[in-house]
Amino acid sequence: MLDILLPSLADGLLLGFVYGLAAMGLTLIWGVMDVINLSHGPIIALGMYGIYLTFTNLGLNPYLAIILVAIAGLLLGVLIYGVAVHRVINAPHLSTLLATFSVNMILIGIGTAVFTTTPRNIDFSLGSVTMGPITLPGKRIAAALAALLVTGLLYLFLYRSRPGKHIRAVTDNRAAAELMGIRSSMILALSFGLGTMLAAISGGLIATFFPFTILSGGGYELKSFVIGVLGGLGNPLGALLGGLILGALEGIIPVFMKTTWVPVLEFILFVLILLIRPSGLLGKKS
Amino acid sequence: MKPLRNPGLWLALAFTAAVGAWPAITQSPSSREVTFTILMAVGLASSLNILLGYAGYVSFGHIVFFGLGGYVGIYLVGVLNLPFFVAMILAGLSSGLLAFLLGKALLRLRGAYFALATIGINEVARAFINNFEPFGGPIGITLNFQIYNNYGGAATALWMTYGTLVVVTLIVLFISYMVKSSKFGLALMAIRENENAAEVMGVVTPNAKTWAYVLSAVFPGMIGAIFFFKNGHIEPHDAFRLHMSIEWIVMVMLGGFGTVLGPLIGAAAYQRLRGLLLVSSLFKNIQLAVAGALLLLIILFVPAGVVGWLRHRFTKLRRVLI
Repeated sequence: MLDILLPSLADGLLLGFVYGLAAMGLTLIWGVMDVINLSHGPIIALGMYGIYLTFTNLGLNPYLAIILVAIAGLLLGVLIYGVAVHRVINAPHLSTLLATFSVNMILIGIGTAVFTTTPRNIDFSLGSVTMGPITLPGKRIAAALAALLVTGLLYLFLYRSRPGKHIRAVTDNRAAAELMGIRSSMILALSFGLGTMLAAISGGLIATFFPFTILSGGGYELKSFVIGVLGGLGNPLGALLGGLILGALEGIIPVFMKTTWVPVLEFILFVLILLIRPSGLLGKKS
Repeated sequence: MKPLRNPGLWLALAFTAAVGAWPAITQSPSSREVTFTILMAVGLASSLNILLGYAGYVSFGHIVFFGLGGYVGIYLVGVLNLPFFVAMILAGLSSGLLAFLLGKALLRLRGAYFALATIGINEVARAFINNFEPFGGPIGITLNFQIYNNYGGAATALWMTYGTLVVVTLIVLFISYMVKSSKFGLALMAIRENENAAEVMGVVTPNAKTWAYVLSAVFPGMIGAIFFFKNGHIEPHDAFRLHMSIEWIVMVMLGGFGTVLGPLIGAAAYQRLRGLLLVSSLFKNIQLAVAGALLLLIILFVPAGVVGWLRHRFTKLRRVLI
């Protein structure tokens, strides 16, 4: 029993770091501007294609290409904010939900036309590492390390740099931040860009070990919702913890029952958390 | 003015009935199929509008009621051999019951949290049915072709399902209007504008919201039963397509949320547009992107939708533009 459970759990936890990264993007945007970004999924998928295209056409190392994907993700996010979100940022939730969803439709529509829905995969290998009963594929370890690195950099940015401090000020109180001379529109655009950047990076990392299509992002978007709610929407560190919990569940559940039950349990957990502790596991009691 | 004397209501019903009758008059199966998708969209969007438009609660996972209705309907007809009309009513009731139970729990959540939870519910339902053997698991249920012989053969059964849909759509529109012009509708709109204030004014908000949720779920359940009975086959992937329920939101927004005519106009326009885009060689591949761009333009520039804009522009028409 244990010799199946341990490798499966380790596998799930490594994946959990990458899930956490995707959810961090979602939760960052929610925390700063109370917007649930429904275009999260296609951006994850675009991150996957970014790595795929640079790898197959230019032969670029996927982990170097992540940097390019990150920059593209940041710019795309700023663009999406400017075009679709800025005008409705103070409108009721329905407007921002639908505005970001229309971006989702546009991206999926164009993506399907350009890339078709043929599954792609990135063909390279990093070998594997064996520790006792556990054998871990190198690509998973590299992805988990990359996710940790990005999380560390995000924290340095948010807590040590001036724009990062501005982001936190706008999160706390937009009106007060504006009175202190912070140009909140710029900060909101930057935060949205950072959120989509994290989504694109996580997509790129996932693409190194799972096959994907332009529609694959949807599943990870749903996982990001679950994780975001687990960790408390608006709490980036909670997102990492939530990612690990979800990864662990995905590792443990298949040992005891059919894999197809995983989403049932995941979403039941999601709805329960929403009902019992909408502020998340790390959040304050409401 | 007495609510039933409003010419707008009767014009809308007469128009819908005329559109519904046209394929029967011309005996054209192809125009019947086109009208079927349009009327289905009208019925579904109008049902959703009771919750979304009147009470202001965004349900992204409304498709769950459509899918459940479809499953219950097909199961009762195909496995238990119940007559279609009984199965359809029971399908609607079971969707209503699910909404009642969910509403009791979920409607404590507000705003984006409720919207997220409804997505979660739809995913739970899809994943659960995928594993639920009596409903065929991932393969779903296929109706035996012999079943249609009870209804005068497959060709007649198609006309029968179509006729049923026309009637159900008319009922949905009528109920949507009756809700809007009732005290119950007023309570819902008070919740939409400010839930705390509504509560202070004496609206029992948990009850009002739950009944709005139930009402908006019953008809999608019935329409689901009609659609999948006509289809002859149901599987989890088709029954719980999240995308479809978001299309209903687009229709409601396009026409004007919180109005009776809005979902009617929005659903008809959206389906026509989609049909045109799908057959055009230029837009076939990017019809989703075009629909998305259209939605974005509406959200950004005409948030009140077509009917809302007309009401704002021509104040004299407000009496008719319900």
